[in-house]
Amino acid sequence: MLLGSACADTGGENGLATAASCDHSGDQGDTIKVGVLQSLSGTMAISEVTVHNSQLLAIEQINEAGGVLGKQIEPIIEDGASDWPTFAEKAEKLLCSDRVATVFGGWTSASRKAMLPVFESKDGLLWYPVQYEGMEQSPNIFYTGATTNQQILPGMEYLKEQGKSEIFLVGSDYVFPRTANEEIKAYAAANDIEIVGEEYIPLGDQNVSTLVNKVVGTEPDAIFNTLNGDTNTAFFKEWKTKGISPDDVPIMSVSVEEEAVRAIGPEFLAGHLAAWNYYQTTDTPENAAFVEAYKAKYGDDTVTSDPMEAGYVSVNLWAMAVEKAGSTDKDSVREAAAGLEFAAPEGPVTVHGKTQHLFKTARIGLIGEDGQITQIDGSDGPIEPDPCLEDYEWAEEFREAQDPYPCA
Amino acid sequence: MSIASIRKDSTRSAWIRRGTFLAIGLLLLVVAPALLSGFRLALLGKYLCFAIVAIGIDIAWGYGGMLTLGQGVFFGLGAYCMGMMLKLQEVGPGRLPDFMAWSGIRELPTLWKPFYSAWFAIPAAILVPMAVAAALGAAVFRRRVRGPYFAIMSQALVAAFAVLLVGQQALTGGTNGLTNITRILGYDLNNTANRRGLYFVAVLCLGATYLLARQVVQSRYGRVLMAVRDREDRVRFLGYNPTIIKVVAFSLSAGMAGLAGALFVPTVGIISPATIGVVPSIEMVIWVALGGRGTLIGAVIGAVLVNLAKTSLSEAYPGGWLYLQGLLFVVVIAFAPKGLAGLAKLFKRRTGIAGQPQTDGSTVAEPPSTGIAEPARISAK
Amino acid sequence: MEAFAGQLLSGLSIGSVLILIALGLTFTFGQMGVINMAHGEFIMAGAYTAYVLQNSLGQDISLLVAVPVAFAVAGTFGLILEMVLIRRLYGRPLDTLLVTWGVSLILQQLARDIFGAPNVQVRAPQWLGGSVTLAGAQIAISRMFIMALVVLCVVGIWLFLNRLPQGARMRAVMQNRQLASCSGLKTHGIDRMTFFIGSGLAGIAGVALTLIGSTGPALGTFYIVDAFLVVVVGGLGQVRGAIIAATALGLLNSFVEFSTGASIAKVVVFLAIAAFLQIRPQGMFVMRSRALT
Repeated sequence: MLLGSACADTGGENGLATAASCDHSGDQGDTIKVGVLQSLSGTMAISEVTVHNSQLLAIEQINEAGGVLGKQIEPIIEDGASDWPTFAEKAEKLLCSDRVATVFGGWTSASRKAMLPVFESKDGLLWYPVQYEGMEQSPNIFYTGATTNQQILPGMEYLKEQGKSEIFLVGSDYVFPRTANEEIKAYAAANDIEIVGEEYIPLGDQNVSTLVNKVVGTEPDAIFNTLNGDTNTAFFKEWKTKGISPDDVPIMSVSVEEEAVRAIGPEFLAGHLAAWNYYQTTDTPENAAFVEAYKAKYGDDTVTSDPMEAGYVSVNLWAMAVEKAGSTDKDSVREAAAGLEFAAPEGPVTVHGKTQHLFKTARIGLIGEDGQITQIDGSDGPIEPDPCLEDYEWAEEFREAQDPYPCA
Repeated sequence: MSIASIRKDSTRSAWIRRGTFLAIGLLLLVVAPALLSGFRLALLGKYLCFAIVAIGIDIAWGYGGMLTLGQGVFFGLGAYCMGMMLKLQEVGPGRLPDFMAWSGIRELPTLWKPFYSAWFAIPAAILVPMAVAAALGAAVFRRRVRGPYFAIMSQALVAAFAVLLVGQQALTGGTNGLTNITRILGYDLNNTANRRGLYFVAVLCLGATYLLARQVVQSRYGRVLMAVRDREDRVRFLGYNPTIIKVVAFSLSAGMAGLAGALFVPTVGIISPATIGVVPSIEMVIWVALGGRGTLIGAVIGAVLVNLAKTSLSEAYPGGWLYLQGLLFVVVIAFAPKGLAGLAKLFKRRTGIAGQPQTDGSTVAEPPSTGIAEPARISAK
Repeated sequence: MEAFAGQLLSGLSIGSVLILIALGLTFTFGQMGVINMAHGEFIMAGAYTAYVLQNSLGQDISLLVAVPVAFAVAGTFGLILEMVLIRRLYGRPLDTLLVTWGVSLILQQLARDIFGAPNVQVRAPQWLGGSVTLAGAQIAISRMFIMALVVLCVVGIWLFLNRLPQGARMRAVMQNRQLASCSGLKTHGIDRMTFFIGSGLAGIAGVALTLIGSTGPALGTFYIVDAFLVVVVGGLGQVRGAIIAATALGLLNSFVEFSTGASIAKVVVFLAIAAFLQIRPQGMFVMRSRALT
């Protein structure tokens, strides 16, 4: 019984006695298999399901237009269950058992870090759709969300331009906020900005009154917020009771997107700031079509957000690269993807061949009473991705510490 | 029943037991590697690690009456000891593991230094959990904290431990945990042959753990342990010190969890707080409950079956697994407290397989079974 | 001084919610020896009740209606749980713990399927917005409301236990079940009533929590471990113990967190409790008994 179900789908893999990688061209018969791996259960499901939806939307649209290389794309859906080892396990299953051509997935940095060794050792290809903390570039991952210099630094620069010189850092207790704050502290030290406090709170914790008291006690000019998930709700609710106007002390959030604004309640967020590359209000014809298609498929009361857009862009870029390469072979796709341009809902994006990140436009947004975020400032055009912060002098010491790793 | 017939039954069931043991060994050592792909074999290896944890929990709970909801702590200690060594071997001397670099650490913390040596790290993976369990056990059992109190304290302990691991990112890798583990003692873990080797190590460890546990529960000590489970006060009045008896069992179960953790890390390639928190720790208990507490083979089978079901069901439809898991807890514990092992025995008795007499199935080969039905009878008061 | 007052109030408000949650637990634990791991899901049920009522009644009065309704809804859940499962498991406390954990998994997934995985928001009525200044520290009116609600509940429970015949019966069963039974009390019915009230209090706690944060399927899991610690520290079935322990835990957590950080505070609180149990393994208050162990 045990063996029966365990080896049901082993197929012909047994021949590979010693090979490290497993065959995963994904090109089998009439369809091309791709993996879609997000958390459909657990604490992260709230965010990841939306990306999952937009990835499936992109696949559906491409299939309706004839597919890639004349074949339909067949998504193999897996659940990462908000658990990092599960992400690694499912990634290996997708590559080695289902032999998919590529995988779209991941949200938290922890899930990406867990999957990375799998994709490197099996020589697979992952499209990761969420903004992250930088300091990473794997040849087996395409990063379609913002890296540090396309989101966090523009956010800090905006605060600096507004004359904010005393900033408090609040974040959830995990790798993205902590690493991002290391970078922010280095930036602040070089830019005459004082970091008056730095606090972390466990993911999912809603007891924020002490945290808010601490922030109020230091009287900052602005708050840089890397809190994730439900803690944001409690934080903004508690903050509102302190009666401090967002005009005096704005909160700049990098993980609060339209879906979260809707969940927390716009009345608590109105007047505060966000930094992303895309908003539902971004004014491009591609975005109008994207929003319309998304609402048509998932309902009128849904909203679109930056990670969803990045997930949508990922699938499209991959399909374009496959068409250009004429095959789903990883190396050909990788080669074909370099320099590829796509008219995305956020405006034109280009694949940076060297780092496998995207050129993206930074956008500072103001959260409105209606729950929508409107752009109030931003970069003039797409910014070249610099995951290792190589162009920033102040980051030198931080970069050097990454000695054996890609960013050294 | 005459003594002669007991002897006869005992030898017969001993042969059956040996036969089962050999059959399972053969299945794991020969059949599974021949049939399963590298990926599936690694999954099975993971289940076997969990089976080792299950044997440990069975000793503490099934035989000792100590419901530990915090076994993740010991599993985690073992796993992190091993993981620290593997990370250091991976980066080589004088360099920092990746997460330290991006947490702003410039020098290797003292806590990490001994883990350069495998001679330190591998024993530590077993001994540290044992020592921690012994210290904790001595503290709580001496003060006669037991039953539900002990369960709650062990759960609070694992909650605090997970929070600590997450909060000390520079030392522990935070929520990410220790990832990107690709080599062990110079062997490449991506190599299929090496992974197979690791699987065999897991099988052997499971076999050794099983035999050790069997010796323990059948020894004089094992009987006293069960007596403590059933009536602690009476054992005390007989002149035994229940504290020591319980501490030994708890420590032993922690050592097994540590060993499992140490095997888990190279098998899976990652260890993070998510694997050892409150929820995973209580899940470990259901493996034992499903298989049948108080029977070692039940614990092993329970661990493998539940995890197999989890993998295949969550592949099919994600939300369903949570319902099923909840139902497992309810149905098995409320209505079949002896688990699969109990059902098997019932079935055996009904159909008369192995020609056992129709008395209460307590053959000599299974001495614990008489008391097993109500291990939880240790009252709350 | 301002910071001190701020933390004092914040600790009290955390503690007051814990009181509500722990009171229910300490009743069932003390009276029946039942560890109800699904207690956290009764909190969730209460919170979702507030959410549903808000959608049908509008946000100005729904909160006031939600308090009694959530009490009834969560209490009914508790009653069903008692009648269907827990009564079969009396005398098996560890098994009850595991079974109710299974129930809690099912209830969480049910909530996820009914209300969706994302957390939902209950909007506080206008009259609870804003804050007042006490001893130089600002405190949200919503938190004052929660504390007042808790005080009301505690007074109600006290009156019930000490002034009403039903309460006297409950105390009798809690103190000595066999003797109470011999004296002609129908212990089973009393157990059910206890379960109803205890679970109902958790429902009220759920309504209170909607004012602090968001409501999701996992809401209860963030409080259940703390609530059990309160029960253990306070002593079984001890109303006084639960109140003092919950307040102390809230204050300790609040002050330690202020001087260190949120993660460290949780660890310190755990160590403090472990140390306390070394001194008083049966909690602050002990029900006297002649039991051997």
